[in-house]
Amino acid sequence: MKPARFDYIRAGDLAEAHHALAEFGNDARLIAGGQTLMPMLSMRLVRPQVVVDIMHLPALRGIETTGNAIRIGAGVRQAELLAWPKLAEQLPLLKAALPWVGHAQTRSRGTVCGSAAHADPSAEIPLCLLALDATIELSSRRGRRRVAAAEFFTGMMTTARAENELIEAVHIPARQTGTGYAFNEFGRRHGDFAIVACAAIVTAANVRLAVGGVADRPALRDFGALDGKALDDALDVFAWTLDARDDLHATARYRRELVRQMGRETIEEARRWHA
Amino acid sequence: MARLSAAERHMVRFTLNGRAVEAQAEPRMLLTDFLRHELGVTGTHVGCEHGVCGACTVEIDGVPARACLTLAVQADGATIRTVEGLAPEPGRLSILQEAFRRHHALQCGFCTAGILMSLDNYLKRQPDPSEDALREFLGGHICRCTGYVPIVAAAMDAARRLREPSSDV
Repeated sequence: MKPARFDYIRAGDLAEAHHALAEFGNDARLIAGGQTLMPMLSMRLVRPQVVVDIMHLPALRGIETTGNAIRIGAGVRQAELLAWPKLAEQLPLLKAALPWVGHAQTRSRGTVCGSAAHADPSAEIPLCLLALDATIELSSRRGRRRVAAAEFFTGMMTTARAENELIEAVHIPARQTGTGYAFNEFGRRHGDFAIVACAAIVTAANVRLAVGGVADRPALRDFGALDGKALDDALDVFAWTLDARDDLHATARYRRELVRQMGRETIEEARRWHA
Repeated sequence: MARLSAAERHMVRFTLNGRAVEAQAEPRMLLTDFLRHELGVTGTHVGCEHGVCGACTVEIDGVPARACLTLAVQADGATIRTVEGLAPEPGRLSILQEAFRRHHALQCGFCTAGILMSLDNYLKRQPDPSEDALREFLGGHICRCTGYVPIVAAAMDAARRLREPSSDV
């Protein structure tokens, strides 16, 4: 339970971090808050040649409002976003979801972008990014690009980030008027990985449900203006498309039932909020 | 760009319980091992070593955090408090520690240092917590002896005493 040996680089600016990634590629791992990387290192699930610390880069600090979106830099810790005074007004879905991310003692160091980079299929932050049509800002020595969350999460702990790129920030659209948001999660203990997590976004014209913990990545479905029994039927179809698997935490059947029941409850909660 | 080589030991300096300390660490060394083996400060316990159990919780730059999920080299320049920093003077316990003793909030004591560090920080920020909020906060710690009831009782008692104007620790 001790990490294998690695060199440690404390990047002083963004160019240094880009340079290290260009030089070492997949043999480099970035560390920010370290709350997902450190267990992976200790269990030797990853054995990088170098660990590049990006927590001292001023460019990655800060939560900014840019147009109609909120830009959250890679150095922003989950606790910092949770304490952001405008969170409830600007990002109500994150306000509901963040208390489910780990524990207070890990949110104090874990970052928002770190969770996106790790892309655990049951993690709350990737689920919210997908549900809200967020974009991920990636940069490397060669340039900069933005990828929609729907294209960014490509599988179990796998993303569209190239090995020479780092996540510089995520851009999350701010709350829209006339829209309801709700989040729910089921796990054995608070702070454990979700068996199923649901994020619902409801407007007059559309019901959206995003589900984590079932497929190999968060999944999303728009149900239009469906309601009543027709919505239940559509949720059932959605649950079957997620390719749920049995594991030691829950059976596939149990997960599908949670998608149907908790999915519907979360939608109704968002609807009440919208009304 | 500071690059620390894997095979060598590097000087790490930080403030521990109000005192400047320094020792050497390989880049891969966890803060838990650095505290215990290099600095000889063994109050911080090592449990699961992957961030789940909470036994190694310390305060880093004013917030509770897992020492096992932190590299010693990341802590360079930080301000760290451990359980050794809680007692106001030798032979005298803090109000929180005293409440743990009174309520029998520990049996084997393995988880206690981490829980004390979390609660000491929490009660400063939330001097009048609800029992529900306190229980949720304690969710970041595993205790296999007490069933948590005496820990919650001790924390609520300590919170009440800390709110009294005369209390200073």
